[in-house]
Amino acid sequence: MSAAGQTAPDTAAPIVALRSVTKVFANATVALDAVDFEVRAGEFVSLLGPSGCGKSTALRLLAGLIDPTRGAVVWGSATNGRDRRRAQTLGFVFQEPTLMPWADVFDNVYLPLRLQGLSKAAAAPRVHSALEGVGLAEAAGAYPRELSGGMRMRVSIARALVTEPTLLLMDEPFAALDEMTRFRLNGDLLRLYRTLRKTVVFVTHSVFESVYLSSRIVIMTSSPGRIASQLSIEAPYPRDERFRTSAEYAAYCRRTSEALASAMGAERP
Amino acid sequence: MNEVRARLRDRRNAALRIVLPFVSAAVAALAWHLVVAFWQIPPYVLPGPGLVLSTLISDWAVLSAALLTTLVTTIEGLVLAAVGGILLAILFHQSRLIEYSLYPYAVILQVTPVVAIAPLLLIWLPQAAAVLACAWIVAFFPMLANTTLGLRSADHNLLDLFALYGASRLQRLMHLTLPSALPYMLTGLRIAGGLSLIGAVVAEIAAGSAGAGSGLAYRIVESSYRLNIPRMFAALTLLAMAGVGIYFALSLASYLVLRRWHESAILRER
Repeated sequence: MSAAGQTAPDTAAPIVALRSVTKVFANATVALDAVDFEVRAGEFVSLLGPSGCGKSTALRLLAGLIDPTRGAVVWGSATNGRDRRRAQTLGFVFQEPTLMPWADVFDNVYLPLRLQGLSKAAAAPRVHSALEGVGLAEAAGAYPRELSGGMRMRVSIARALVTEPTLLLMDEPFAALDEMTRFRLNGDLLRLYRTLRKTVVFVTHSVFESVYLSSRIVIMTSSPGRIASQLSIEAPYPRDERFRTSAEYAAYCRRTSEALASAMGAERP
Repeated sequence: MNEVRARLRDRRNAALRIVLPFVSAAVAALAWHLVVAFWQIPPYVLPGPGLVLSTLISDWAVLSAALLTTLVTTIEGLVLAAVGGILLAILFHQSRLIEYSLYPYAVILQVTPVVAIAPLLLIWLPQAAAVLACAWIVAFFPMLANTTLGLRSADHNLLDLFALYGASRLQRLMHLTLPSALPYMLTGLRIAGGLSLIGAVVAEIAAGSAGAGSGLAYRIVESSYRLNIPRMFAALTLLAMAGVGIYFALSLASYLVLRRWHESAILRER
């Protein structure tokens, strides 16, 4: 089976890669140890592993928020740039919605464009279409604290998408939400991934979430953070709620759980 | 049904919060009046509430002019302290070196009693400027300290987000650190408002004993010299009311600014 409608992941050029990256923090924690990892155009990659396996660190390295101790973060030719230009190719969604409480929904989503120097009037159509994309067209004037947790996360996703980035980095964005809300947002995220033709790197500690969303799962182990194994999820997109109850999904979940268990078993002395 | 009852209870509580202080004030005034009448205390020791009120009315021309003088000084001191405190805090936030160099002196200015500085300032400066300087000195530190804390309290993920989008220092200041500091600044302002009044009064008293002045505190000193105790009480009452008024005005301003977004300004439903 091939991922219908998506760029075939194996042949596409890498957008960004970690080349034998080691990250040691000031307190001597080795968060990542000689990690090699590529992201290709059109992929939905999940980084799956227990707390402390360095999956968030890997994401922050990709975003350029921290620098590697050894090794390099290499950008592909299509997105060859740093700093300001790189920011335009990246969207980042944190575990918390991370909205500005003093600004309404519109201004929160407008922020990345404002920082690029766009006027409010010029940005308005893009802000509104980003809000429509996450189903919040009506909420532009609301303040974050007037919204539910799920809606706040949607605003956060709209903010990440408003610059029309090629690569979307998401750090356990749905971990704090209830299961019903998480399922709905999983579905919405897949729809956005397909219609907007994004590349996504998604950090999670949920086997089920990673199988449902991903075209590839990277399993990581902790202390020090390493990549244990990788799995391709070859179920075709679009995946809807029926996929969650299919035998195929169950089989992938079992294989992923086994891979995770053996990775974590191997890490013990 | 419960909702209606809860709303009625909330409304009753809100009404009680406004009414009860006045009730307790009336009870206290009545007790005061009875004590003065029963023991026939002479007005040069303790005037009754009625006499204080009638003095307040009969001396209104003198007292209101004095009140205006003190209020203007207080507000000028507060505004200068707010502007200076916020600007210096921003400067500290931009450069650790400047913060390390100057912060100890801001603390020294704060911990040295203003009563002790006032006579010196009165020698160096024209009297109005010296009084203003005293109001400014005591109001300055809470603005500086609160704003400094506020500027450091921006959400770390939002700081990362600003870095990701390549925000300039000015953009980060205007769109992230200053708004994050706003609740802290407003708290500082509320503290500074009361302190500014105290600074002005202290300086007026120091100036008054040197022989000149026209503020409320000067009127209090003057009345005490003349044993005009009812006027002293009337001036004291005005001073207390001015302090309460400043506090409420600043609290209201704080509420109006924060009501849409800050936890402190949100009424919780139960």
